[in-house]
Amino acid sequence: MISYIIRRLLYTVPIIFGVLLITFILFNIVSGDVSDQIAGKAASAETIAEIKNEYGWNKPLFFAADSQFVSHFKNSLTFNFGRSWSDRELVIDKIKRGAIPSLALTVPMFIGSLVISISLALVVAYFRGGIVDILSVFICVAMMSIPFLSFILFGQYFLAFKWGLFPVFFWPDLPIANYVALPALIGIFAGLGGSLRFYRTVMLDELKNDYVRTAFAKGLSARSVLFKHVLKNAMIPIITQVVLAIPFLFLGSLLLERFFGIPGLGYLMIDAIGGRDFQVINAMTFIGAILFVVFNLITDICYSIVDPRVSFE
Amino acid sequence: MNNAAGTIKFNAVKGRSYWLDSLHRLRKRPLAMCAAFVIAVYIAVVAFIYISQWTSIKPALLQWNQQVGREYESPSKKNLLGTDFLGRSVLRKALYGAKVSITVAFWASIISLAIGVPLGAAAGYFGKFIDDIIVWLFTTLSSIPYILLILAFALVLKDKSFDFTKFGLGKIELSGISTVYLAIGLTSWVDICRLIRGEVMKHKQREYILAAQSYGCGNSRIIFRHLIPNVFHLIIINFSLCFVGFIQAEVILSFLGLGEKNCPSWGTMIDTARLDLPKGYWWEMTAATAAIFVISLAINIFGDALRDSLDPKLKTR
Repeated sequence: MISYIIRRLLYTVPIIFGVLLITFILFNIVSGDVSDQIAGKAASAETIAEIKNEYGWNKPLFFAADSQFVSHFKNSLTFNFGRSWSDRELVIDKIKRGAIPSLALTVPMFIGSLVISISLALVVAYFRGGIVDILSVFICVAMMSIPFLSFILFGQYFLAFKWGLFPVFFWPDLPIANYVALPALIGIFAGLGGSLRFYRTVMLDELKNDYVRTAFAKGLSARSVLFKHVLKNAMIPIITQVVLAIPFLFLGSLLLERFFGIPGLGYLMIDAIGGRDFQVINAMTFIGAILFVVFNLITDICYSIVDPRVSFE
Repeated sequence: MNNAAGTIKFNAVKGRSYWLDSLHRLRKRPLAMCAAFVIAVYIAVVAFIYISQWTSIKPALLQWNQQVGREYESPSKKNLLGTDFLGRSVLRKALYGAKVSITVAFWASIISLAIGVPLGAAAGYFGKFIDDIIVWLFTTLSSIPYILLILAFALVLKDKSFDFTKFGLGKIELSGISTVYLAIGLTSWVDICRLIRGEVMKHKQREYILAAQSYGCGNSRIIFRHLIPNVFHLIIINFSLCFVGFIQAEVILSFLGLGEKNCPSWGTMIDTARLDLPKGYWWEMTAATAAIFVISLAINIFGDALRDSLDPKLKTR
C-alpha cells in the first residue's frame, strides 16, 4: 500500500512538470511581453522598463540561471504568483479570499445534485424499459440540450426578479444561505439531465447482475434491494465522479457567480478575462491542476477501500 | 442422372457492407431520422449563408443588420420573433448565428480529430517510448480543469498574430471566430486520443495486422490503411458527441467576450439579451435559447442512434 502511494506520487512529478510547461508556453512564449499593454497608452520608457523588470520579461527565455523558464517554475512551485495587473494585489491573496464564497456555493450544489440524481436514477432504473424510463431519458437529453446560460438567465428572471422568491443579487449583509439558495438550485437543475443519465447507466449495469435476482428471489423489498445492495455495488463509478468533482468545487462556478455577483473564484476569473489579467489565469490553472492531480491520487486510494479486489500492481 | 446445372436454384443473399448495414439500422429509427432532418436544415441554412456571401445573391432573410422596424417590437406577423434594440429582426440574427456556431463546432472537431487520431494511433501502435510521451502529454492536458484550459487558450490566442513568413506561410491573424475554434480544438483532443490509443492497442494483436506486418507493409501503411479504417466508427461517434459540447462552448466563449464581435452568434445574442430580459423583452433570449436547444437536441438524439447502430455490440439499454 505504502509503496503504491509512493509510486503514484512519483508519477505525479512529470504531470506537474507538464502543467508548468504548458502554462509557460501559453503565458510566456505565446503571449509574451505585454508590458506596453499594462503600462497604458502614454507610458514613459522608465515605467515600461520597471514593469518588464517586475515580471522578468527582460530576462532571457531559457538559458540562464535567472531565466524566465527557471523563475516560472520556482514561483509556481512556491505559490508566489506575483501581483495582479489591475489592482496590484497579490494574486495568491485574491485566490485565498475567493475560495470560501465559491465553496459556499458549490458544496451544497454538488451534494444536492448527487443525492437527487442518484435517488432518481435508482427509481428510473427500477422502472427500466417502461414508459417512465423512456420518458425520463428523453427529458434528460432535452435538459442536456438547453444551454447553461439560459437556465441561469430565465431562473434568475422568473424566480428572483419576477416572483421575488429569492434575492436577485449578492448582498454582503444577507446570511449565506439566502443568496446561495437560488444559484445552487439552478446549478442542480441544469446539471440534473446529464448526471441522471450517467447514474441510470451505472445502475442498469449493476441491476443485470445475478445477486440482484437472488435478492429479489429471496423476497426482499425493492427498496431494500435498490438502496442497500445495488447502491453499495455501484459505489466505484460514483466515487470516481465524486472525488474528481472536488477540485472543480474549489474553482467555483464561473457563470453562476458572475450572474449572482458572488465574489468567489469564478467571479475572479471573469474579472481576469475582462482585464486580460494573465497572472490570475496562470495561477488558477496551476492550482486547478494541482488539486486535480491530488484528488486523482485520492480516488485511486479510495478504490482499494471500497473494493478490496482492486490490486495495487 | 442428368441434373443440369441450370435447374439448381441459388438463394444467394447479397452481402451488405458494415456501413450499409449500419445505415439500415439507423433508418429503422424514426426519431433519429427526424433529428437528421433537423440537422440537415441547420446545415442548409449555414451553406446558404456561405453561398450568399460568395455570390451576389442577397436574400432579405439573411440581411441581419437591416432595420426592419422600431426598436424592441414584440413578435408579430411582420417580424416573427420581434426586433432587438436597433430594430433588427431577431429571426434573421438567430439564423445568421447558426453560421458562427456550426463553423466553430466543425473546425474545432476537425482540429481535435486531426491531433487526437494520429497521436492516439501512433501511441497505441508503436508503444514504448512514443507511447510514454503521448500519454504524458494527454494526462497533463487532462489534469488541467477543462474550462480553465480553454479560457487560458482563448485568452492568450485572442487577437494574436503569428508571423510564419520565415516558413513561407505568411502572417496568420487570429480574430474572433478562429480564436474560438483553435482554443476549443487544441484543448479537446484528449478524449479521442485516449479512445483511439486503447482501440489500436487491442487491434494490434489481431491476425490481420500480423498478416500485414508479415507481408512487409510499412508502419504508416498499416496505421492509415488498416488500423484507422477499422476504428473509424469510433471517430464518427466521437465527432457527433463532441459537436454539441463545442456548440455550447462557443456560446459561453462568445458570451465572455472572447469570440466573434462583428456578426451575431447565439452567444452574443444571449449577452445582449441578458440586459433586456429584466425590461420584459424576452424574445431575443428565447430565440437564441430555442435555436441552440433544437440543434443540440437533434445532434444528441442522432448521435445516440448513430452510436447504437455503428456499434451494435455496445449495450446502452
